[in-house]
Amino acid sequence: MLAKLNYYLKSFLFLELLKGMNVTGRYFFRRKITVQYPEEKTPISPRFRGLHALRRYANGEERCIACKLCEAVCPALAITIESEQREDGTRRTTRYDIDLFKCIYCGFCEEACPVDSIVETNIFEYHFENRGENIMTKKQLLEIGDKYESQLAADRAADAPYR
Amino acid sequence: MLLTGKADTKIMIETIIFYVFAVATVTSACAVVTVRNPVHAVLFLVLTFFTSAVIWMTLEAEFLAISLVLVYVGAVMVLFIFVVMMLDINIARMREGFVRYLPLGLAVAAIMLLMMLSVVTSDVFVLDVGSEPVHTADYSNTKELGAVLYTQYVLAFEIAAVILLVAIIAAISLTMRKRAKTKYQSPSAQMKVRKGDRLRIVKMPSSEEG
Amino acid sequence: MDFLVSIWEWLHEYVQYTIYNGVKVVIILVPLFVVVAYYTLAERKVIGYMQIRKGPNRVGPKGLLQPFADMFKLMFKEIIIPTNSNRYLFIIAPIITFAPAMAAWAVIPFNDTLVFADINAGLLYILAMTSIGVYGVIIAGWASNSKYALLGAMRSAAQIVAYEIAMGFALVGVLMVGGSLNLGELVAKQAGGIGHWFFIPLLPLFFVYLISGVAETNRAPFDVAEGESEIVAGFHVEYSGMTFAVFFLAEYANMILIGMLCSLLFFGGWLSPVPELAGDSIGWLFGKTAVFMLLFLWFRATFPRYRYDQIMRLGWKVLLPVTIFWLTVEGVAVYFKVPPWFS
Repeated sequence: MLAKLNYYLKSFLFLELLKGMNVTGRYFFRRKITVQYPEEKTPISPRFRGLHALRRYANGEERCIACKLCEAVCPALAITIESEQREDGTRRTTRYDIDLFKCIYCGFCEEACPVDSIVETNIFEYHFENRGENIMTKKQLLEIGDKYESQLAADRAADAPYR
Repeated sequence: MLLTGKADTKIMIETIIFYVFAVATVTSACAVVTVRNPVHAVLFLVLTFFTSAVIWMTLEAEFLAISLVLVYVGAVMVLFIFVVMMLDINIARMREGFVRYLPLGLAVAAIMLLMMLSVVTSDVFVLDVGSEPVHTADYSNTKELGAVLYTQYVLAFEIAAVILLVAIIAAISLTMRKRAKTKYQSPSAQMKVRKGDRLRIVKMPSSEEG
Repeated sequence: MDFLVSIWEWLHEYVQYTIYNGVKVVIILVPLFVVVAYYTLAERKVIGYMQIRKGPNRVGPKGLLQPFADMFKLMFKEIIIPTNSNRYLFIIAPIITFAPAMAAWAVIPFNDTLVFADINAGLLYILAMTSIGVYGVIIAGWASNSKYALLGAMRSAAQIVAYEIAMGFALVGVLMVGGSLNLGELVAKQAGGIGHWFFIPLLPLFFVYLISGVAETNRAPFDVAEGESEIVAGFHVEYSGMTFAVFFLAEYANMILIGMLCSLLFFGGWLSPVPELAGDSIGWLFGKTAVFMLLFLWFRATFPRYRYDQIMRLGWKVLLPVTIFWLTVEGVAVYFKVPPWFS
């Protein structure tokens, strides 16, 4: 009896509705969490997996030894490698293509690489304007690596204690 | 006053409105019975109601006119259209019995025509054209109607109301049946449910380590 | 100036008559469109703020030009007419929704003299006009030749029939206190400060009216006719560009209308709550309406959508009995002339 009365009182006084409106009403005055993207950016982890790059050693020699582990591990078959012997007798890649349309940015190539050559940078704002631009060639990848080497090295160093 | 208009301007405009809507009424009423698609027919019926309401409005019967729109257009025809849209009407089959039912239809039409003629031509229902009532500015059609409805015709009005009530109850009692195999949800029962009715928290001792 | 006057007098009476009324229509409708435009922005802003977002703020300073951006986008979008749809009805449907939503504004008084058409049965006229609007929804759903649209139309038809009755009964309560169908007279009856406003004796009816008003305009939490999570967008799935915009415009104009009616019928319209301190003015009316408009947005940001059978239950089994009960109570009060409202 009392429960029934309580129920009617509750529903006819809109208690639960008012409770809900109270919550939204309070949130109206909360500090907004919107990130105004091009001007403001969320912090990026050193482990972020963005655009790919090929790194070099400090003496300018490219790291990649054409072991093709990355090609083998790539779940999306996005990497294509062809290799040849260089004049000095070392094995080097003649072609290192990554199809960014196929790539799923899983980071397996990075994990598989024995010499830390193929890495993923924290660049995520890029686009293509023509067909074919989605294929990153060795030259492009090396250029990206050269350009962001300091950032890449810092990211690896920051992550090193957890590996 | 910005307007230099005389009384005959108003009458002229009223006449124009009358003819426009009279033509629309007759056309749409004809369309109701001639169009093939039943949904279109219902929509034309709505248009007929609406245009005749406008004509009533020109007769200064604004309460009746608006009630016509409110009740017939706003509620009754919505239900009508609701039902007609749900029906899957086979137009080819509907036209099958045309010749067979033609005599009956013609008979009904003839009777209705006779009735109309007898009303229009008789002396009992003569239209009193000469004495158009002149109203003062604060004349309210609604008030007059209410006054008559609740004094002179109160019995008829109440009887009509009771008949409608009986009809409602009859309709509800005809359709209200619990089908055993159908599963219902009861919103009120769902709303009254409390956490304790559905959820039982069992206290269990955690298994010993090692 | 004399030149203009001479031109005016040279015009035929009919032309004068048409121009005179046309100008009045424009004076009411243009501000209405502006308010509708900014109401859409306000909706996105308010709901954004309640979800601790900022809402649109890119077009113009603080996003103030956003409505125009939306408008231009919709104007230049292609109007797609689905195959096997009923072409004429498909195009007519948004107009049928839009026209009554605009026509209803004809009898709204903005203060004791400022009213386009001061007709006796004003309240009834508004009820009639808003009830025609449902045809646009039904025809749109049917003419689209789409299952989702038809479902939306069906839901809307059933919902509107159910809530129209509760709404009508709630307004009957107002008529019983006010003793008139004319909106201006109803407001005049509430003169004498906040204690004389109708919402005090008619509190249950006011809530019924507000709830049915939200349901009539197909707004959350009663937006099953659109129900984007269940039936995509309901009756206007197939509409794009300007035809969609017209539906949108009508919906918002109706919301503003309901807000304005709430303030006129229950909260004294343009009357000041404390006449000793501040005089009556049109500002009061707009202020009160703005509060109700905000409530509409607040509801949308707060409440989850009703299930279809819950809506039917609320309409028929809760709101209708409440109104009938309160009308009885009110009848007794009117008979005994309980002051200050019923005397």
